[in-house]
Amino acid sequence: MTIEELDLIAKQVRAENAKFDYEVNVCMGTGCLSQNSDKLKDALAKTVEDSGKNALIRRTGCMGLCAAGPLVLVDPDEVLYQHVEEGHAQKIVDSLGGKPVAELQCELRDHFDQQVHVVLENSGQIDPERIEDYIAHDGYRALLMAVNDMTPSGVIRQITESGLRGRGGGGYPTGLKWSTVAKAHGETKYVICNGDEGDPGAFMDRSVLESDPQRVIEGMAIAAYAVGANKGYVYVRAEYPLAVSRLQACLRDARRRGLLGSNIGNTPFSFDVEVRLGAGAFVCGEETALIASIEGRRGTPRPRPPYPAVSGLWGKPTLINNVETFANIAPIIRNGGRWFAAMGSERSKGTKVFALTGKIKNTGLVEVPMGIKLREIIEKIGGGVPDGRKFKAVQTGGPSGGCLPESMLDIGVSYDALMAAGSIMGSGGMIVMDDTSCMVNVARFFVEFCMTESCGKCIPCRAGTAQMYTILTKFCTGTGTMADLELLEELCDTVKSASLCGLGQTAPNPVLSTLKYFRNEYIDHIVHKRCTAGVCNMAASTAKPAEEVLA
Amino acid sequence: MSDTAEVKTLVIDGQEVSAVRGQTILEVARENDIQIPTLCHLEGLTDVGACRLCVVEIKGSNKLFPACVTSIYEGMEVSTNSERLQKHRRMILELLFTERNHICSVCVANGHCELQSLAQDLGLTHVRLPYRNPELTIDASHERFTADHNRCILCTRCVRVCAEVEGAHVWDVMGRGINSMIITDLHENWGESTCTRCGKCVQVCPTGALYDKGKIGSDHPKYPDFLPYLNLMREAR
Repeated sequence: MTIEELDLIAKQVRAENAKFDYEVNVCMGTGCLSQNSDKLKDALAKTVEDSGKNALIRRTGCMGLCAAGPLVLVDPDEVLYQHVEEGHAQKIVDSLGGKPVAELQCELRDHFDQQVHVVLENSGQIDPERIEDYIAHDGYRALLMAVNDMTPSGVIRQITESGLRGRGGGGYPTGLKWSTVAKAHGETKYVICNGDEGDPGAFMDRSVLESDPQRVIEGMAIAAYAVGANKGYVYVRAEYPLAVSRLQACLRDARRRGLLGSNIGNTPFSFDVEVRLGAGAFVCGEETALIASIEGRRGTPRPRPPYPAVSGLWGKPTLINNVETFANIAPIIRNGGRWFAAMGSERSKGTKVFALTGKIKNTGLVEVPMGIKLREIIEKIGGGVPDGRKFKAVQTGGPSGGCLPESMLDIGVSYDALMAAGSIMGSGGMIVMDDTSCMVNVARFFVEFCMTESCGKCIPCRAGTAQMYTILTKFCTGTGTMADLELLEELCDTVKSASLCGLGQTAPNPVLSTLKYFRNEYIDHIVHKRCTAGVCNMAASTAKPAEEVLA
Repeated sequence: MSDTAEVKTLVIDGQEVSAVRGQTILEVARENDIQIPTLCHLEGLTDVGACRLCVVEIKGSNKLFPACVTSIYEGMEVSTNSERLQKHRRMILELLFTERNHICSVCVANGHCELQSLAQDLGLTHVRLPYRNPELTIDASHERFTADHNRCILCTRCVRVCAEVEGAHVWDVMGRGINSMIITDLHENWGESTCTRCGKCVQVCPTGALYDKGKIGSDHPKYPDFLPYLNLMREAR
């Protein structure tokens, strides 16, 4: 395959699309599919056939605004319809060429105008299972540019220049990681894509894998070329069946087109990718645990160093990046590192995809430039807290992140600013809470998650999270004391400092951040035996102790 | 001295010590009679860095490092016994004592238990956290040995010795988090498992979780020192 051949395919696709007067894109991501968008698509196709109108009905990936699904986008008029059901098919088809169906129309200027799409640029625009669609949107151009015209170190230079940092949560500079693996000694090297997304309320990686899987594969291939690897693995959790099947289909197509396999772009570079399914353990997102899992062993982390860059999969140098990180690679190579570095804040470049959930009007996926204020994401893009309730806190960074109060909403979203505020970027989950949430109970919820997801290898995490959960339960049932609070703080310190891997080291974050910003609620629970939000049943001092809940 | 040199000098607790490239902090400390507490570490087995009792501070970093798996480097300054470390170690021991049912007075390992000795050494006088009191089983199906899960601290020494030294791989870990359990084969009774009856797991177990049925009473000394000797003799052959 050459760039000329890519151009030819793109031209063919465009010519085919130009035959149609209208394009009707139907979202078939997991969210919309769960509301029967597949049936809607069939209904639309049938109605169009019967009506004799010249319209293309296309399956696409996520359009972002999951709260309003199923979504349908009609081009060239750029009309977005929300909450579309099978029964609406006739109306929509009838409206083609005329006035849009007013009652279904979604008018959310603020929601879309504030966003900048890099990772999600094709999401909702292309059929994820048609490689031709991806190629028509500049797909695989970056890979062929890299292998034909760039040296591996040239590729790494562009990535370094872009300032891209790992989107899995750690924020480690991607260029630095790539150059470390490139410099590591060894004939055999591996590239791993970490798609083990397990945070409550996060679905960025799933959505990217469902909507634009070719882009992730292309990013991996470019990375493999840069670091000198010939074999890659995508580690996806088995709970994402749609992402897995689309990924498999895409891998087949890419191989068939010669974009994976031997001598890619008629160069000596060869690379292939395999999919590995995770059984759904949160800890397997930690890179050393993930590697153990791919090797067929128990998914537990091991101490680092040695880092995977030196000794990873089967002891070989291994590059491991998150789905979203790989999804950023192709546009960086196409447009240059400087183009990417021009977006975002000083030390956090580019854009970030967030999964907005919780007590917020516009639940869904948003992609915003780094540095944008939390308030803008929540109030403008997210549409604020619904039902006239009051905003209370936003949890960023998943279960190991922190809860930030209203007073922190004016910080710009970046790795460092969030860290300074006592939270983390994490992989990009953002859960909004209103005044009906009790922060002690929220902390307990996240600690419970960490407790059940702890692998059990190291003692601080295994037994420490369980004890934290017990103490928080005491607060929630009105049997906690101030001595318990002191003990809890001490426990958090040990779990944070002494745990083996990131899961344990960050597990106390929800407690520490709520203690920092909502200490009064803890005092209310302990001293006054009162839950202002009315969530905790303080009379339930006879509630079952933790060990019975666990058994 | 260049960094490629074989011999390095470093400072542990204010004491200047020499070491060979590739050695861990724990090895160098023990060579120099500096005591760092450990539970999952045992000479002769690969280290897993799981019990976190050997965490030390290294100058220039706020993080704690497990001494058993952290390699030394030239000019390193290590602190092994600060107030902060002691506090964390006592808390880790407390967590261990509350996790399962450790009742020293009725334990076969009383007086020969590494967990008990560590608690005494580190000055753990009482436990503040609530005991979890889980209902756990005792596996006495083996003709020679007994496994009492109430006393297990999940250090995985038995798992490692069985896989790495005996080569039988009978022991393994099941479940996760607080529900983790040591099992034989695919969670079968020890007596019906593929156990080779070598008894190495019993000897390396730091507590009374694995013990010898043949001995009467509560006095069960263990001899984990056989392991380095065994490895040495095997290499010599």
